[in-house]
Amino acid sequence: MRRQLRILSGLALLLLLVAGAGAQELLSRPEIEGHATPTAEFPEPRSASLEYTDVAVLAVALGLSVYLALVRRSRRGLFLLAIGSLAYFGFYRQGCVCAIGSIQNVVLALSDSSYGVSLAILAFFALPLVATLFFGRTFCAAVCPLGAIQELFALRPVRVPAWLDQALGLAPYVYLGAAVVYAATGTAFIICEYDPFVAFFRLSGSANMLILGACFLVIGLFIGRPYCRYLCPYGALLKPLSRLSRWHVRIPPEECINCRLCEDACPYGAIHPPTVKQSDADRKAARTRLVLLLALSPVMVAAAGWAGRGLGVPLSRLHPESQLAERVRLEETGQVEGTTDASDAFYSTGRPRQELYAAALALHERFSVAGMLLGGWVALVIAVKLIHTNLRRQRTEYSAEKGNCVSCGRCFWYCPAEQVRLGLIENVDVVVKRPPAEEGKS
Amino acid sequence: MAADKNRQDRRQFLGGGVRTVGAMALAGFSGFLAGQSGKAEETIWQIDPDVCTTCGNCATYCVLDESAVKAVQCFDLCAMCDPCPGYFDLGHRERTTAAENQLCPTGAVLRTFIAEQAGVPRFEYYIEEKDCIGCGKCVEGCAMMNGSLYLQVRHDRCVNCNQCAIAVACPSQAFRRVPASQPYLMKKKALAATQRRGSS
Repeated sequence: MRRQLRILSGLALLLLLVAGAGAQELLSRPEIEGHATPTAEFPEPRSASLEYTDVAVLAVALGLSVYLALVRRSRRGLFLLAIGSLAYFGFYRQGCVCAIGSIQNVVLALSDSSYGVSLAILAFFALPLVATLFFGRTFCAAVCPLGAIQELFALRPVRVPAWLDQALGLAPYVYLGAAVVYAATGTAFIICEYDPFVAFFRLSGSANMLILGACFLVIGLFIGRPYCRYLCPYGALLKPLSRLSRWHVRIPPEECINCRLCEDACPYGAIHPPTVKQSDADRKAARTRLVLLLALSPVMVAAAGWAGRGLGVPLSRLHPESQLAERVRLEETGQVEGTTDASDAFYSTGRPRQELYAAALALHERFSVAGMLLGGWVALVIAVKLIHTNLRRQRTEYSAEKGNCVSCGRCFWYCPAEQVRLGLIENVDVVVKRPPAEEGKS
Repeated sequence: MAADKNRQDRRQFLGGGVRTVGAMALAGFSGFLAGQSGKAEETIWQIDPDVCTTCGNCATYCVLDESAVKAVQCFDLCAMCDPCPGYFDLGHRERTTAAENQLCPTGAVLRTFIAEQAGVPRFEYYIEEKDCIGCGKCVEGCAMMNGSLYLQVRHDRCVNCNQCAIAVACPSQAFRRVPASQPYLMKKKALAATQRRGSS
């Protein structure tokens, strides 16, 4: 008892001392002979050379995937490369940095001159884009760890109805727009924050993220690559570039014989049948629609942009400053009881409320401009999609749709011409009877 | 047939043109950004200890199982107190190193007797980094005195996520990106104390 009293009195004395000193003045450090003041150690960050190793691995993997998809036409090779990429970029490097997330670094560097994007991140952003421009989405096939993990899970793919596929296919552009807005305003990197697979790569993470990732993988058993097709913002950049690609994978090695064997081969719905000749009436109707759409699209974009201004406040909610201002305001007006860690921290800084509110209002203003651009962007994407679906196209063979095809190589094996190339059969007539010349394709 | 072939050629030509322009635009864009990044440096995450409120989120929100955030002792600022409010729980029964007397949940603050000066025992308080979980309890306690303990992202552990999960959860916005060449931030008074020693 006496000892406890002594301890308590010791502490009280100390506190008194501090209080007496006005809490601002520091107790001086006693000089003790023969005792040198130790210094804390500060370990250096990971050296940059390792980052350049990542870039080298990326370049080699990209080159390999192009070679395997276009030259060797080896599904097995691509599959092994995908596993390798998953192991290196996914589990070894723990998913950071990746090409998908690098979009945000690039955007932040453009909007904030004090932030510099490192050359390695820049390489992660640009290399796959350039490769796609020439060779199609071979990056998605076997280099991207997010693609690779889904590739392994696409076990029982079902066909997604075309209308749904097309509609959901717009989501990546919207996500890209939102990610750009939040990166440019310095709010957060939402692509990284909501990356569904990174928790698996690290074998740790919040329960929410693990559940989200598990959902994507389970859905991925039946709907091939759900993230790549319906969410990936980097895919949204790759799609149009891939459509321009010079050397893209072809299903048959040489000429297509329209045997239809590959029709259901693609788990990602990227194989398109030959087009049917349109009747004159259909063609006329399509042309009218096209003219109408072209005339309407600027109106759509303008209207959506105007409507997007209203998004300023809801969009800004993700910004910590705006959140804080809202909370402080609620506390001030007595609409909520108690304080949060954030509001406590704010009060302890002694920063005036009005300054915080002014900052929040400025943010609202900034975000309404961003909302306007975002609205316009979404409308533009929809307009382009509608125009694109109404454009007349001519295909004489079964072909991989360049935008959606991820060059995974699953379809090669289905093609009898490929079997001939591999020397497994003598000629295509062994397996398939060529359809009659009139082509009664539905 | 000839018309068809022409059409093909025209398409190819257009495609080639667009590709070339696209590639050049990409190269130009990357070059521009590379020039930009020459001016600004590569960044990593760090805690501003003057803003930190030791809420405890660092211990739980890091993507690593064991947080990359650890407590750091600025020995120049430490007054070698006894009892140390960063070491002892306020309700401690005895002034011993027994676990129930300690503030640190993992016993990561080590108390070492150095000397006795005018009847006052002096102790050095070290952070055993492998045991520290970055909860900030000792930092909060030490703030009653000199505040020589503070939290820092340890860069031998941090994997430098593109979006730091603790930064998102930080209520005081103490996390920010700092240049990789200056990876640690010091408390202003810690810096002053270190400089004082350096000059003397």
